Amino acid sequence: MKMKKLSPASRSGFINYAIVLVFFAVFQTLLSTGNLSNNFTGQLIPICAYVVMAISLNLVVGISGELSLGHAGFMSIGAFTGVIVSMSLQSSVSSAPLRLLAAIVAGTLVAAVAGVIIGVPVLRLNGDYLAIVTLAFGEIIKNILNCLYVGVDGKGLHISMKDANALNLDENGLVILKGPMGATGITKLSGFVSGIILVLIALFIIQNFVNSRSGRAIKAIRDNRIAAEASGLNVIKYKMMAFVISAAMAGAAGALYALNYSTVVPKKFDFNTSILILVFVVLGGIGNMRGSIISAAILTVLPELLREFRDYRMLIYAIVLILVMLITNNPSAKAFIHRIFGRRRDEDAEKGGA
Amino acid sequence: MIEKEKSIRLSGFTKFMKIQEEFHMKKTLAILLSAMMCASLMSACGGSNGSSSSESKAEESSAASDSVSESAEGGDSTAADGALTGTLKLGHIGPLTGGAAVYGISTSGGAKIAVDEINAANTNGFTIELNNQDDEHDAEKSVNAYNDLKDWGVQAIVGCTTTSPSLAVSAEAFSDRMFMLTPSASSTDVTDGKDNVFQMCFTDPNQGKIAAEYVAEHDLAENIAVIYNNSDAYSTGIYQAFEKEAGELGLNIVSVTTFPDDSNADFSVQLQDAQNAGADFVFMPMYYTPASNILTQASAMGYDPTFFGTDGMDGILSVEGFDTSLAEGLMLMTPFASTDSPEFTQKFEENEGFTPTQFAADGYDCVYAIYDALEFYAEANGGYDVTDVSYSDLCDILVSTFTDPSFTFDGMTGKNMSWSANGEVTKDPKVYVIKDGAYTEA
Repeated sequence: MKMKKLSPASRSGFINYAIVLVFFAVFQTLLSTGNLSNNFTGQLIPICAYVVMAISLNLVVGISGELSLGHAGFMSIGAFTGVIVSMSLQSSVSSAPLRLLAAIVAGTLVAAVAGVIIGVPVLRLNGDYLAIVTLAFGEIIKNILNCLYVGVDGKGLHISMKDANALNLDENGLVILKGPMGATGITKLSGFVSGIILVLIALFIIQNFVNSRSGRAIKAIRDNRIAAEASGLNVIKYKMMAFVISAAMAGAAGALYALNYSTVVPKKFDFNTSILILVFVVLGGIGNMRGSIISAAILTVLPELLREFRDYRMLIYAIVLILVMLITNNPSAKAFIHRIFGRRRDEDAEKGGA
Repeated sequence: MIEKEKSIRLSGFTKFMKIQEEFHMKKTLAILLSAMMCASLMSACGGSNGSSSSESKAEESSAASDSVSESAEGGDSTAADGALTGTLKLGHIGPLTGGAAVYGISTSGGAKIAVDEINAANTNGFTIELNNQDDEHDAEKSVNAYNDLKDWGVQAIVGCTTTSPSLAVSAEAFSDRMFMLTPSASSTDVTDGKDNVFQMCFTDPNQGKIAAEYVAEHDLAENIAVIYNNSDAYSTGIYQAFEKEAGELGLNIVSVTTFPDDSNADFSVQLQDAQNAGADFVFMPMYYTPASNILTQASAMGYDPTFFGTDGMDGILSVEGFDTSLAEGLMLMTPFASTDSPEFTQKFEENEGFTPTQFAADGYDCVYAIYDALEFYAEANGGYDVTDVSYSDLCDILVSTFTDPSFTFDGMTGKNMSWSANGEVTKDPKVYVIKDGAYTEA
């Protein structure tokens, strides 16, 4: 009854929360009763991280209408910031959830700052040019992290761009980041519960942002930049908002992701990872948050389900992607899906109209 | 033909332009996504000649099983006491697709030959089931592969082939108490602090140190230049140890230049720097593909110092399109030369279609080391049946055997190998020089 009073946008938003919570309930039950395979258990946290990545990229690609190809760069900034924070706090903060929280918050903030720095030059560009420059920034971030050495000791953080010896750590010092070798010996802090909480927070922030005054302004700019500008909207400001929020969420996802493994290397967050996340967004439907959530979850698990096919695994994965794209764009298939799933929506629409 | 293609392309292009008018982004997306598809297709093809058998049945002729495989404790087929029996479920993790596929296919191919030999011998009915999983040289994927193996019921792991996946998996293996023997992950971080993780190869610092000692001992160089890959853990690890040891031994390093993974085709800047600094010796701790480019370009610019490589250099003679005469005089430290074990080489070439490198020999040795350790334990304890033993129980047995001072292992990559409690292997390094297109021991 309550649902009917809500606007369609917030109803759709609540369905998204419900999907995430049902997913959580089902898998948490399976997990606690020991019915979940090791393989699936290991993928729950990456799924959460990729879902956050997909919905945050969808904010830029779908809502703001800009093609960003460097999203993995923000993820890596969040990941390494999270690792540095959690490892430096290891001796002073004993509570693991608290360290995880600190790591994710720090990852979010640093990625947001990086989003501002990169957004200022990038968002003055349009279309293909913007795509290319974001791609370049993603690679720049990766290459900087490849030469970055960070260590911690009693005196605080030491940073060098040369090698681990140049850090001049004292005896009890700990080298956290070792250039191309990345961070090793990370204490695993992420859990399924924290992952789901992060997904819900990210969904909350992004959905409310999209339906806010700023969100409408951003959509207006996407649909017609000149008209929006003529109506007095500050194009750069609104695009910047979407870009920075997206970067911040990616940073949070990166911290969650990195703290799930004992090691993380800069090479992981390369162009391919950016494209992977873009594929989640495109297959889920550009601008469709629910689609992003579902496609990120399914496409993360799919390569693992295809392990049976061994060497032909990635070939079949690619074929599945192509088929999904063809089918979702085929008019008769669309009509078929609409006939099955669309009926309720039509009824709702009629009622709403009446 | 060409014109036809052109017209197709043109009509495609005009279509794209129309779409672009409607929705500017779609074009870029279409191109990018199709590029991504191509990339995944290509990476899948890269692995297609790899071994794809999960449960290797004994189909090889048993005659081959006696060459290297004869272990110190060699099971007597009539002895009921002290016999190793049952079926061991062994997992292998390595990159079978993607850029590093050649290494994963090598270690898995080597392991497969060893398993086939052991199964063919069928001593006391002992057999091994090998399950080979792909990790795409990615830490996340390798943890997935590891979990998948656990679902299958794996009892011990041979792997991972490459370093950063090994780091991720070894942490899991340590908390699960799963025995892990990596054929080729050479970073010290892999074994550091984990009593149940062992290495078959030298560690990176060890190799850098041994290389510097070898150079000093044989007085090979006056002025040393180093070219290394600074986005690669293996290359950087060796260089740092080499630099440290060289400093202590009074070797004179005059030029240090780097290159990243993404651009390893043009080395003129690095070589020019080495030449200008007057280096008569170039140390190249890297894999053979960039090294083949360095040798080609050095020869083109008429620069002819002594080139010295590490075990990643093994395989340079089989690089496609590389003039092997340029590798004459190249020195490399590798534990294995394919000419030393013709039988293994022939079998590997039949299975995988290329000449085995030290990676394949390491994979082969890993399986035999585990086999020998189990036989050693069975011998000492009046027989042992491995069927359905939990991996944590097996882990304790293997750890205590591997660190047992009286346990040594003779394999293809070295004789009298032993392992320290921190998981590092002790064996003699070998240095080869390439003469007349073949390895000659230096």
